[in-house]
Amino acid sequence: MSTTHGAAPGEQLTAEEAAQLSPEEAMMAGAEADGVYIVHRRDRFPIAGTKAEKRAERTIAIIFLIGFLAAVAFIVVFCGAVPFEWRLPGTGNQNYRYFTPLIGGLLGLSLACIGIGVVLWAKWLLPEEEAVQDRHDGASDMTAQILGAGTLVSGFEDLGIARRSMLKSTLGLAGGALAAVPLVALIGAMIKKPNRGPRQSLFHTPFEAGVPLVYYDGRRVSPDDLLPGGLATVFPGVEGGTKDADSPTLLIRLRPGQAVKARKGQADFGWGDYVAFSKICTHAGCPASLYEQKTGRLLCPCHQSQFDVLQDAKPVFGPATRSLPKLPLNVEMVDGRQYFIARDDYPEAIGPSFWERP
Amino acid sequence: MTTTNPADHTMSGTGPTGPTGPTVKGPKRFDKPRTPQGKAARWGEDRLGIAGGMRKQLNKVFPDHWSFMMGEIALYSFIILILSGTFLTFFFDASMAEVRYDGAYVPLDGVQMSRAYASTLDISFEVRGGLVMRQIHHWAALLFMAAMLVHMFRVFFTGAFRKPRELNWLIGLGLITLGLVEGFAGYSLPDDLLSGTGLRIAAAIMQSIPVIGSWAEFLVFGGKFPGTVIIGRLYIVHVLLVPGILAGLIGAHMALLVKQKHTEFPGPGKTEQTVSGERMYPTYGMKAGGFFFIVFAVCAALGGLAQINPVWLFGPYNPGQVSSGSQPDWYIGFLDGSTRLFPSWEIRLFDHTIPPLFWPTLVLPGIMFSLAGAYPFLEAKFTHDKSAHNLLQRPRDVPVRTGLGAMAITFYGVLLVSGGNDLIAKAFDISLNAMTWAGRISLLVLPPLVYAATYKICLGLQRHDREVLEHGIETGIIKLLPHGEFIEIHQPLGAVDAHGHGQLGYAGTPVPKKMNQLGTPRRPSIRGFFYPVREKADIQAELDALAAAESSREEHRERELTD
Repeated sequence: MSTTHGAAPGEQLTAEEAAQLSPEEAMMAGAEADGVYIVHRRDRFPIAGTKAEKRAERTIAIIFLIGFLAAVAFIVVFCGAVPFEWRLPGTGNQNYRYFTPLIGGLLGLSLACIGIGVVLWAKWLLPEEEAVQDRHDGASDMTAQILGAGTLVSGFEDLGIARRSMLKSTLGLAGGALAAVPLVALIGAMIKKPNRGPRQSLFHTPFEAGVPLVYYDGRRVSPDDLLPGGLATVFPGVEGGTKDADSPTLLIRLRPGQAVKARKGQADFGWGDYVAFSKICTHAGCPASLYEQKTGRLLCPCHQSQFDVLQDAKPVFGPATRSLPKLPLNVEMVDGRQYFIARDDYPEAIGPSFWERP
Repeated sequence: MTTTNPADHTMSGTGPTGPTGPTVKGPKRFDKPRTPQGKAARWGEDRLGIAGGMRKQLNKVFPDHWSFMMGEIALYSFIILILSGTFLTFFFDASMAEVRYDGAYVPLDGVQMSRAYASTLDISFEVRGGLVMRQIHHWAALLFMAAMLVHMFRVFFTGAFRKPRELNWLIGLGLITLGLVEGFAGYSLPDDLLSGTGLRIAAAIMQSIPVIGSWAEFLVFGGKFPGTVIIGRLYIVHVLLVPGILAGLIGAHMALLVKQKHTEFPGPGKTEQTVSGERMYPTYGMKAGGFFFIVFAVCAALGGLAQINPVWLFGPYNPGQVSSGSQPDWYIGFLDGSTRLFPSWEIRLFDHTIPPLFWPTLVLPGIMFSLAGAYPFLEAKFTHDKSAHNLLQRPRDVPVRTGLGAMAITFYGVLLVSGGNDLIAKAFDISLNAMTWAGRISLLVLPPLVYAATYKICLGLQRHDREVLEHGIETGIIKLLPHGEFIEIHQPLGAVDAHGHGQLGYAGTPVPKKMNQLGTPRRPSIRGFFYPVREKADIQAELDALAAAESSREEHRERELTD
């Protein structure tokens, strides 16, 4: 190789001299030129071919061989020796259960064998070595600093930024405005005005006067459906109502003797022994779906806010601050059967709070 | 062949010789290499001229310590993530369009779901090896975050962040922050019930920002949650934007490491001006390369044997449903915990609201990460330490920093545990409300207690080191003095003065505390975990053989550079 690239200190050999060196000597000389001093170096097996050396070599070879076998086994399993298609338990070939563990395990084994073998090779067979390298870190030497600073300053003077204040300020204006362009372009393209139109408003849900209450599968909800203490998740019976993230509503039929202390102006929101609250937790928007019918408590599993249905879904524990909004209920008769409808939308925004909310 | 490389001194004088020329030792071999390797090297060198620069990198010295492997694990998991993630992109469809499932997994037959969720099911059930890749990807992500965090602890407690390495500390913190974003974006993609719930909380968090909250949510989700664009946007964030930045930052992190060289623990022969250990090529590189395969092996085995994120059990996202015991991936857990513990404090001002969610999810992590970022500069300011440090410190020698670190980890730990407080409450039949209160109280009380305890432990360990240096190692031999007093005989570590007190000073290195730790100062003289690796007789025999070998080596020095 070419020898006098970079005139590092210590690299004083001519090419002819360097060519006479053994690879190890050349390495040492090169290392020294790089400020690396090999202070200790010895073969782990100074006498070639001892039993211990052969044993070490054999062990590593066996590990590599296991890695080879594992990789081959992986390929065999992967290519169809074990089926991978999922089958319902009790139907068809259930051996697919072994497919993922097998290929993961075999891949892991194969990789582990190569990794362990290579590490052992390094630890057992490579020469034991302790090298010390000069760091040369921190700031450059003073001359280099002065020359570097001079280069910067001279370029700066050539530009004449200090003198040409008109150029400086106009370029600053143009550059500053241009720098805002990508930000404006991205945000401008993505921005959407909140609360525009009823379907895009944080204050409204798809419920409105006369909208029927339906189950997730679209069936209408009747007061005969629930036993006392029962609860159902219902949705507005409009297009996309079950998919709307704000519409899940808890319809609760109180147990005999339970009564809800209503909020001001909402005394008539219930219907018979039924009440309906928004299911969306007022804290972070998870569905508050765990209902303990004896105590009338609702728990949100995300951050454990608890609401007391009997106190009009007031938060009684956890981080939530606002009661669950209450849906005004009514019923209509269809074919001689009563079905629930909403009397109006929720009187307030449902779900987590936000800045614009009073 | 002619070469135009002016630096190639070997050309001058000899000139091209015909293939029939006699084999001459020396320069000629480098002009006209005969082996394929030699020819390849010649080809590259003529074009790139890298012999000197390459040698410098190959000779780079890396110190060796088990704690230095944490960063390596993080780097390797990142590579595994890119490999397994690339596989997944071939099959994943980041679309929120509704489809009716009719795939191989019969229990979900006919269920309405997004294409994202359906294609995740397809990866799990219909793509050969898809499930194992998904699980490797997920496990590697958990490992990536864990390794980065533990690496950060190592850097903190040993003072590796001090001048000149503050920049790398900041880059590392950026990597952890982006890792959080990347992980969250990734596990939101399948659009299953768990991840959809997570996204809903993310939307609520955006909403909670004062003044611009609703605008932020509508901007990110393209309207009201959930909208139809979020999975597609998260996908490009997850596979291009954040990984690109991560790769760039990792590159910068490594470049700074190469430029500044690795720190090392103090010890005999260790100085601030040098770094000692093994050279990159061949030993260190081989060990590090092997270790990559071992990390990959662990991820692959976990991916095959340990189920993770079985989205087919959760079902597709539905805003009206949630499963109890919903847990995010562990690295998001501390935010879940802080949100659970934060009291129901809402600020209502002039018809406006600052929701309670704002403080534990945005303000608190903001403070935590800012403090972490500022720490190197704060420490330098308070200790008036403006000098550069390449030698590490033992945590016991810096009790205040170690105490602060333990305090921060305790704070984080209480948040993390509280993120799973419902599972703990269920497993141990404890009231959930009691768990919340225990978390709130622990969050405020435990960190200072841990600080005090850590500080004391550090001082105790320091004192013990000094004591051993002064009085020697306890031998376990009890001696009865003539006047009836029992004393334990101590083995001094070095020369003693007239009073029998040791003369050695503390040097920031481990002090042997047991008799069998005596020997060479750097390593125990007998190695091996369960039993000594080699019998002493073997060592002696080998030392004898070594002397013989040294002489025979001299004779073989003559051998040439192999062509």
